[in-house]
Amino acid sequence: MQGASYIYQQIFNGIVLGSIYALLALGMALIYGILGLINFAHGALITIGAFCFYFLLFKLHLPFVLVIILTISLGGFVGFLLEAIGYRKLRGGPGPSLLITSLGIYIFIENAIKLLISPQPYAFFNPPFLNRVINSFITFRVIDIFIIIATIVIMICFALFVKRNKIGMAMRGIAESVETAGLVGINVNQVIAWSFVVASAIAALTGFMWGAKYGQISYDMGFMPGVIAFVAVVIGGIGSIPGAVLGGFLIGLIQIFTVGFLPLGWSVYRDAIVFTLLIIVLLIKPTGILGRKESI
Amino acid sequence: MIKLNYSNKPNTFTGIWIPFGIGLGFLFIVLGIFNRVLDNYTIHIITVIGIYIMAATSLNLTNGYTGLFSLGHTGFMLIGAYTSVLLTYKVSLRAAYNLPSLPALLGGANYQWPFLPALLMGGVIAAIMAMIVGYPVLRLRGHYLTVASLGFMIIVTTMAKGMRSFTRGASGIQAIPHYSNLWNVYIWVAITIFVLWRILQSAPGRAMLAIRESEVSAQSQGINLMKYKLYAFVSGAFFAGIAGGLYAHFTRSIRPYEFSFSMTFFIVIIPIIGGSRNLFGPALGATLLVAMRYLLKPAEEALGVYGLVELIYAALLVSVMIWRPGGILGRESRAK
Repeated sequence: MQGASYIYQQIFNGIVLGSIYALLALGMALIYGILGLINFAHGALITIGAFCFYFLLFKLHLPFVLVIILTISLGGFVGFLLEAIGYRKLRGGPGPSLLITSLGIYIFIENAIKLLISPQPYAFFNPPFLNRVINSFITFRVIDIFIIIATIVIMICFALFVKRNKIGMAMRGIAESVETAGLVGINVNQVIAWSFVVASAIAALTGFMWGAKYGQISYDMGFMPGVIAFVAVVIGGIGSIPGAVLGGFLIGLIQIFTVGFLPLGWSVYRDAIVFTLLIIVLLIKPTGILGRKESI
Repeated sequence: MIKLNYSNKPNTFTGIWIPFGIGLGFLFIVLGIFNRVLDNYTIHIITVIGIYIMAATSLNLTNGYTGLFSLGHTGFMLIGAYTSVLLTYKVSLRAAYNLPSLPALLGGANYQWPFLPALLMGGVIAAIMAMIVGYPVLRLRGHYLTVASLGFMIIVTTMAKGMRSFTRGASGIQAIPHYSNLWNVYIWVAITIFVLWRILQSAPGRAMLAIRESEVSAQSQGINLMKYKLYAFVSGAFFAGIAGGLYAHFTRSIRPYEFSFSMTFFIVIIPIIGGSRNLFGPALGATLLVAMRYLLKPAEEALGVYGLVELIYAALLVSVMIWRPGGILGRESRAK
């Protein structure tokens, strides 16, 4: 068996991947909490973010910080647009109509990117300073540290936003009950639009992280992370944002461990294992790890 | 929509068999004329349409009538396809294609199943899998089924890729005997639509419609939610398995990725665009969308704009959801 440093290395890798999932799950949980919508279009924002970053940095050669800001803004803007065009009219409609629409929007964006940019994957080069390899007890690149720190910062900001900010508090109110929130004078449309903006902006940033970490971006890269983020929400516990984050880290670790510790042939089952875990969790503890009791 | 008074007057002959017989006769006269007049390529497209009608109609039992939203239908089609193919594969070709011979229980090394039992077996295995997946997931309210069934589809496709000794992995199975044709595909289409019609006219069907309208009120009427959700899910999966078997024996080669997300999306949008509350909505949707695909694919390839067809489908789907939520054959109001 491998030595201790190999195990720590895998744990570290799992945390990096888990950070990305946790950020995605954060946005997913926010939208699910408010609209009860599994937002498949969340995955499309990952792709949009990655390609936006790629073109701004490598084609237009803008400075790194500006590119990050622009990517986040574009993600937020697209989120706002989707809510205004697609979801607002359908809110309160029959059963799965929001879900179907989000699926349609995802497919639309995916194929628009395939059509307009390329059906082939692009190689994603990092700015050199992010690629520096640090080789001490475990081996990592600066980008890994960047992902972890960015995740922590975003989570602290998000927690403060939800707890202190007026719009954030209104989001929690709407998550409890849309009708009651409307009755006490919360501007429901505005707050829902804001939650899409926040969730999508974070998703766009994870697109950059995904590309920077794995060195490749393609038109369909966002689908799997998007769906896995929702699995993280379910495993962690519907209705609990800390649960979603926990679920994200858990799935990240499990996927890395599948590749790192199981025999070689098993790495094909990386995604399948996540969904098997989902079915097991639904069988044993349907409310998830940190979920509230009532939802069964 | 179906007339609701049939179930009140249980005259099975005039109420059920005569409409069915007339419909069937009409269908096969039309198909017979098509078969004489049209060229092989068009007949090929019409057969493909039949397979998609079957898949979409059976999916509509869960997605349209019961109000559950499943994305796992192609997973069941894959199970049906691989099961029936492994059973009907020619004995002489098994070694050359690295496929295992059948175990003694299923007929032994020198036995090749006839088409119909193999097809039914595919449907039954798909239904059993639906029961195993449905049981933990359908107990829950909300859209858990959507993600769990999507997960099921991903699990099944990766297993078909991974279990090389059974399925030849990602390279897929070729040289499948060519059993499906216009006639047996449309016989199965007729059976699917007929069974669905009878289910919807029966007590379980009414229970499913009640569940779609409101789970709480259905439960308060004494409807066992789990039982009827599972009923809908499992019967849908059975027909999906059969459709998969027909598909495999029609295209004569299957690969795991064919049954992954793009096909799922295609089958899921068919009833929604056609009209998910009408028995013939999925049939209309399948005809339109498959025809559109065959008309636009040459343009897509000639112009090099890959993804155009899916883009149009997605735009169509979102427009239908916003402006005509019931689909083409749907009604404007939400009454009934």
